[in-house]
Amino acid sequence: MPEEVMSLGNPAGQFNEEMLIRRIREGEHDLFYELIRPYERRVYSAALAILRNEADAEDAAQEAVLKAFKHIRQFRAEARFSTWLIQITVNEARMRKRKEHAHMIEPIVDHQDEEGNYTPRDFADWREIPSETLERKEVRQKLVEALATLGEKYQEVFVLRDMQHLSIEETAKALRISTASVKTRLLRARLMLRDLLAPGLGGSWSSKLSFAKGTKPW
Amino acid sequence: MVVNCEHVWSEISNYLEGDIEPGLRAAMEEHFRGCKHCSAVLDGTRNVVQLYGDERMFEVPLGFSQRLQRRLDENMHRDRRGFLGWMVAAAATVLVAGSFEVARSSVSSHPELRSEHAQPGAGVPPDMLVLVSTDGKTFHVPGCPFIHDKAHIQTIAAREALRAGYAPCVRCMKQYLNAG
Repeated sequence: MPEEVMSLGNPAGQFNEEMLIRRIREGEHDLFYELIRPYERRVYSAALAILRNEADAEDAAQEAVLKAFKHIRQFRAEARFSTWLIQITVNEARMRKRKEHAHMIEPIVDHQDEEGNYTPRDFADWREIPSETLERKEVRQKLVEALATLGEKYQEVFVLRDMQHLSIEETAKALRISTASVKTRLLRARLMLRDLLAPGLGGSWSSKLSFAKGTKPW
Repeated sequence: MVVNCEHVWSEISNYLEGDIEPGLRAAMEEHFRGCKHCSAVLDGTRNVVQLYGDERMFEVPLGFSQRLQRRLDENMHRDRRGFLGWMVAAAATVLVAGSFEVARSSVSSHPELRSEHAQPGAGVPPDMLVLVSTDGKTFHVPGCPFIHDKAHIQTIAAREALRAGYAPCVRCMKQYLNAG
């Protein structure tokens, strides 16, 4: 069935999700697997983006899914299930990060005034992304490391908006902040990541980046 | 309207989101044509959003699904039949994911419109970042409830989406479709 025709009356599987949630609440617990299966990757990636460690991320992702199962009755239909699930995951990862002090690299912008203007520090040209860039594990690792250097409030907004593809409003709701704050933090997060990555991904990247060792490239 | 570099930097995120007035958009486009620094910032910021928005950014570890299932299983005290059902489902997911990769590789070689129900996308700002799913036909703004395959979405510029044959979503892209 063409996507548009289906989507006019049925927002992409939403009815199916609602039905699954109803049946799970009524006792068909086995269906929970089917409900969360499309979001496994997103749950894991949200946890990894915050925790940086694969084992910790997997454990946090599992815990988040378990919590979603245990609290499925608290899910309100006005929100999207995926948003709710990611919110649980982010909370779980945040809690672990704080408890275990997993972030060893000092956040680069927490001391800055959120309302102030951010001035890009580097104007390296970075026009094209080679299609194979993300096939290289070292590149993905650098991206994870760059993200981890951001302050928590910027990191969370970026993860929810640009990696989990939530809307500005959903991001604001998940983090309990205003949409204006989401936009401000998102702008900063994007510009800071560009500053961190452009010099390397623009073409002169060596196999080792200075910030990966805990120092800043400026 | 004329904008300076500081103004451009403060609006560059909204520019990529398509969340600015047409007058400001036109002024920024004019600025980008003459300012190498801001043009570099725009390209780099767009690349950041595209790279991190790509599903390949994070690989799920081998056996992740099975371990998650096992942990859930322990909590639910599930029977073996349910477990086998999950394994079949996990295998199906792998097969489907594989088919997405095949579909992805064919995108650039089939630029024709993916949907018979598509509307022309001429009104969509070409620099605007949008979401596509690899086996879908349309592109969307983040948060659109009509994204067909949420597990395999990717961020690309609208011009790339149009070039690859995707059509704008008739719901979340409505303002641009009506503009034409």
